[in-house]
Amino acid sequence: MTEYLIKNGFVYDPIQGINGDKVDVAIKDGKMVDAGDVTKPTIIDATGMTVMAAGVDVHAHVAGPKVNVGRNFRPEDKLFNAAAGSGLKRMEGGFSVPTVLRTAYLYARMGFGFSMEAAMPPLYARHTHEEIRDTPIIDQGALPVFGNNWFVLEYLKENEIENTAAYIAWLLNQTKGFGVKCVNPGGTESWGWGMNCETVDDVVPYFDVTPRQIVSGLIAANEYLGLPHCMHVHGNSLGEPGNYEITLDTLKIAEDYSPQNDFGREVVLHNTHLQFHCYGGESYASKSFESKSKEVVEYINSVDNISYDLGVVTLDETTTMTADGPFEHHLSHMNNLKWANTDVELETGSGIVPFIYNPKTFIAGAQWAVGLECGLFIKDPMRAYITTDAPNAGPLCRYPRVYKWLMSAKARDDMLDNTLKYGDKIRERCYIGEIDREISLYELAMMTRAGPAKTLGLGHMFGSLKAGLEGDVAVYPYNPETDTDDPEKIEYAFGNAAYLIKGGRMIVKEGEIVDMGNKRTFWVDAKVNENPMVERDIAEKFRRYYTVTQNNYTVEGHHFVPNPYVIEVDATR
Amino acid sequence: MAKVTLIPTQTPTLFLEAENITPDVFAGKNAQEIAALHAFVGKTTVTLGDYFTVEGEGGQAAADTTIVINGDVSRVKYIGMKMTAGEVVVNGNADMYVGSWMAGGKITVNGDIDAFAGLGMTGGELIVNGNAGNYLGAAYRGDWRGMQGGEIRVSGNAGSDVGTFMRGGTIIVGGDIDVHVGTHMEGGTIIVKGDAKSRVGGQMVKGTIYVYGDIDVMMPGFQYRNDVDLEVDGEEGHFALYEGDMGERHPKRKGEVIYGQLYMKY
Repeated sequence: MTEYLIKNGFVYDPIQGINGDKVDVAIKDGKMVDAGDVTKPTIIDATGMTVMAAGVDVHAHVAGPKVNVGRNFRPEDKLFNAAAGSGLKRMEGGFSVPTVLRTAYLYARMGFGFSMEAAMPPLYARHTHEEIRDTPIIDQGALPVFGNNWFVLEYLKENEIENTAAYIAWLLNQTKGFGVKCVNPGGTESWGWGMNCETVDDVVPYFDVTPRQIVSGLIAANEYLGLPHCMHVHGNSLGEPGNYEITLDTLKIAEDYSPQNDFGREVVLHNTHLQFHCYGGESYASKSFESKSKEVVEYINSVDNISYDLGVVTLDETTTMTADGPFEHHLSHMNNLKWANTDVELETGSGIVPFIYNPKTFIAGAQWAVGLECGLFIKDPMRAYITTDAPNAGPLCRYPRVYKWLMSAKARDDMLDNTLKYGDKIRERCYIGEIDREISLYELAMMTRAGPAKTLGLGHMFGSLKAGLEGDVAVYPYNPETDTDDPEKIEYAFGNAAYLIKGGRMIVKEGEIVDMGNKRTFWVDAKVNENPMVERDIAEKFRRYYTVTQNNYTVEGHHFVPNPYVIEVDATR
Repeated sequence: MAKVTLIPTQTPTLFLEAENITPDVFAGKNAQEIAALHAFVGKTTVTLGDYFTVEGEGGQAAADTTIVINGDVSRVKYIGMKMTAGEVVVNGNADMYVGSWMAGGKITVNGDIDAFAGLGMTGGELIVNGNAGNYLGAAYRGDWRGMQGGEIRVSGNAGSDVGTFMRGGTIIVGGDIDVHVGTHMEGGTIIVKGDAKSRVGGQMVKGTIYVYGDIDVMMPGFQYRNDVDLEVDGEEGHFALYEGDMGERHPKRKGEVIYGQLYMKY
């Protein structure tokens, strides 16, 4: 296989402590190697450019049924937003819910190599994998949702951790899933009864179990299995003013647990899109709403076993989609636009609503501020990852814009002074005005590659340029010595990688996509002791309640997962 | 005012998609440059010169550019799409999407036009001295933002689904209109001087519709309020006011509930 040597670039690799030094980066046989180990490399001259490991996205909605429904019911999202194919590239389209091809091309242009699809309804795992299969270039995994699953609710009501773990192991295997996602624990199921869970101690009707028991039990089961990724939670009362207390209650559940795994992961709970969970006050009005990001992030700073991602609102027109069915119903009544909704049998639910974060409103601006605060208050950037919860808080293509805001106080002030109508009110009700921190390139590398790779349990493959890791390297046209005057250069550079090498193959060359790569689907095969009770429960539920048989449920074979990468975990002890 | 004259030389086998025929694109270009502009037939890219003789040249800006099309362009789509200023005159029939997403300027069609004209239009004037097709001043498929401003005036009849999701501006139809007028309407005015068929103002939240002739079948969601004398489009008239659609949500302004208004002329 081709050897590459990237010379003269400013290299940022927090895992090796390289902070902008001009060191040579070498790739051989698809892996990172020491510069001395390549013999006849293709030389890439990165003079005046920034070199990092390829990006790792911990949380995005880029494949599966709700993404596809989003595409179907928003034809206007593709209007004036399509590009004809050229060279190897086929036609691409869509802004907030791009086609699978545009998703791949976007990630490649942003220098990303791995993306985690953050919510896979198990019953629709086949569809999710079909879309993942059709997304070239980037490696992907998918997190099945467990927070409202009947098996989980029933086992955790009795605190049966071993049975929950056995069920999780079975489901990961059936759906080719990567880890444990939990959305509005108990709340989505409660909504089947027209209710919701608004505190961690609200009881789910019929199942008689609380969000606290669900979160706690899923963490315990996750650690029992020793999965690479920790429990990945989207808490209760997303987007509700005053919800920061519920967020803190949820986070504190993690105090009882410590990580048990062979993957170098140090956290037990990942709170996704934290921005939506840091609200104070009683309404969205500027006289009541206030940011509580400081309170929440200060708590996270005080412990060491929690990570999160930001979910920054990018002030665009986008398409919200989540397994949090009750939230989407609520949202559709706020903006009176289209609403799609599904109840996924015994497992979960979901909803989809288009949404415009209008910079002329107070609340959209305040949400923008809260998201950035979540990124700026963190003491350890290895535990805070940059996302937009794409496409919920903003489209995927806006990541570079978020970097700009995080890295430049000038860019933030410009927004507050010139773009947001209620900039002064937002300064008053949020913390944004009192923060002058600017995220450095070194910290950016932590928050977009080293950190998420570690929390996903993939630190042995991604997130660094250390010898032995996957040969995934991004080169950006950004000169940290001369380009610091203009924040727009940050946004441009991180959206237009000059080079991306993925698994040792050159995907982006001088800004052009030249290779569709060798895309892999990551899933976790967890071995557990035989569990006749869980096996019987599964057979029973399929016979009595599911509309499909087990044979039509399993994701198997080359058709669904043509190029799998299986991570094995052994919990037989 | 600079004038560009386009004379059709052949009828496209399929349809010519010519979004470049706007004063905005023609401005600052001579006849040769205009003839070189691209258009599409199916999946093939062609030039305007393949289908038109081009005479004259564009003005400095869109505002001082007039385009005159002398001939039948009933197989040419997107004339005046997204135009912001200037003028287009079509001496013949035109196909779909005339003046779609238009923001300013004036289009006059001395003939009939097909569907989706003035789609999502935000400003300007579209005058049709013939008949118009379906979805006049409506929203693009899936969008909730129909016509938002400007004026559309049709001398003859119009098709169905006129003003779907309309949010502003005015549509005046001189003749009769087909079913589904102002569906999901949230603002703006539609004046129908002839007859209307069924489902006028279905799911209407806000806005005003005037019908001078008969309505075949009235929507059950509309309630009669009172009789009023009004001046509409320069004419005095005696109208019956109906409000609706009662099946929809209705916002409040200063404590008063706002309904869509449907006036029927006596």
